[in-house]
Amino acid sequence: MKIKAIAFNTFREAIRDRILYLLLFFAAVCIIFSRLLALLTVGDKVKIIKDVGLSSLSLFGALMAILIGTGLVFKEIDKKTIYTIISKPIHRYQFLLGKFFGLVLTLFIMLLLMSFIFLALVFFHTFTIEWEMLIAILFIFFELCLITSVALLFSCFSTPILSSIFSLAFYLIGHTAWGIETLIKKIPPGAGKTLARFLYHFLPDLENFNFKTEIVQHLDIPSEVYLYSILYGIFYTLFVLIIAVLIFRKRDFI
Amino acid sequence: MATVLKIENLHKSFKLGFLLKKKEILRGISLSVEQGEVFGYLGPNGAGKTTTIKCILGLIFPEKGNIEIFGHPHLSSKAKEKTGFLPENPYFYDHLTASEFLDYYSQLFLMKKEAKEEKIKSLLRLVDLEDSADLQLRKFSRGMLQRIGMAQALLNDPSLVFLDEPLGGLDPLGRKEIRDIITRLKDEGKTVFLSSHILQDIEMICNRVAIIVNGEIINQGALHDLISEKILFTEVILSGVNEKELKELGECLSGHGDRILLKVFKEENVEKVLQLAQSSKGKVHSLIPRTETLEDLFVGIVKQR
Repeated sequence: MKIKAIAFNTFREAIRDRILYLLLFFAAVCIIFSRLLALLTVGDKVKIIKDVGLSSLSLFGALMAILIGTGLVFKEIDKKTIYTIISKPIHRYQFLLGKFFGLVLTLFIMLLLMSFIFLALVFFHTFTIEWEMLIAILFIFFELCLITSVALLFSCFSTPILSSIFSLAFYLIGHTAWGIETLIKKIPPGAGKTLARFLYHFLPDLENFNFKTEIVQHLDIPSEVYLYSILYGIFYTLFVLIIAVLIFRKRDFI
Repeated sequence: MATVLKIENLHKSFKLGFLLKKKEILRGISLSVEQGEVFGYLGPNGAGKTTTIKCILGLIFPEKGNIEIFGHPHLSSKAKEKTGFLPENPYFYDHLTASEFLDYYSQLFLMKKEAKEEKIKSLLRLVDLEDSADLQLRKFSRGMLQRIGMAQALLNDPSLVFLDEPLGGLDPLGRKEIRDIITRLKDEGKTVFLSSHILQDIEMICNRVAIIVNGEIINQGALHDLISEKILFTEVILSGVNEKELKELGECLSGHGDRILLKVFKEENVEKVLQLAQSSKGKVHSLIPRTETLEDLFVGIVKQR
């Protein structure tokens, strides 16, 4: 109940943020721009629209999570609104989880709006509603939840600018971590290989949530792969949230 | 009377600057607050008043020491359910209206819908913000913010209320309004912990005070025990008397027109001044004996340190 109250207040606050609408506008422009890109490209036009559209959803969703998430806790401390909250009978973890779910709810609404524009554009070309696109969007949502938890973690101890840089780095590393797997195969055994192995297991692999190509190309995906990605998302998000709570519960609000 | 708040040997330091140099803010604070009193926590800026309150409310963690509220550990839900807090220069969620704001905070106490609505109405009435219930907090003046802050501090009907500089930055009318609310809380039997450096207000409202300087409690006790009731000097304003003759009886401070402000230190000289005024056919406009004030005590203590 207390988490719910904080989540709804966070949602009400986040939904008023102008950055959100600016990003939503650019996401819409990018999705519509994919139509133009499709005209200039040789090949299946609808596939280009789907590919660019889904990528826009992922990128702008991540930017929303980072730019708003990194300021969530910092703003409360900076403006001292946290003083009157924490002095009430509430645990610090409840406050943090409230913030997390509030932003997740905001991102869910934004993703819905972007998906509507995207699916409408696809519909104008195929005259069918492609429900399988929703699977790709669902996994984008899982990815956004994870990024939100990371942004929140950094927000617990750093300024919004630094937190944004860290979170953006997490996003970029997360989408390129598969390169380390290739590196492990290519380098000879030794310290380098051990380090690469450690990094591969420690760093996030956000490609686990990327089913864009498979779904656009209508490729078969075993259900175990979906299950693995869901569990990966849930456990990684939980892991990051636990670290955030551990840092936040020991923090002094000066 | 039961002890409501007990602090023993509280220590807190912060690591400041690039080199994380340790700065001791609280150096062994010990105090106790009894039920039903208005306890004044006095100190110059940077003495550690707000730090003490933050330690009590769990906003920062002390390195050493013990804090109990109503006999419970200060961070327990039982302790927090009985306390209210108005921070210094309060800032709240400015996108919310006054009633939305109180509604949000009441949810943190898990209040039931009907009780909640009734409580919000009565609090808005108490702080005289009934007409601004649907106004966003961003449009509130400083005084209004202070009053809505007071309302949120009283949402759970607390037995112990912490007010950190509640009168700072307010105009005389705003100060009177907040003072009246504190007096009403006192009449209702609530305990108020009031941190301030506005001495006149503290003197007017508080039963007991503690003076903190450089993170240490220098003096604490009932106001009438701390302040001597002995007459320090008598201020006499008179006219129609030769200033040269008065100089032997006291210190002439200022003259406005033919009026002279005379500070008389010896009691026997007061009588002489009155006789002189009578013989010179002058006029005595006022005669005020001055006892020690909280300000005198406070300034004396701070200067000693």
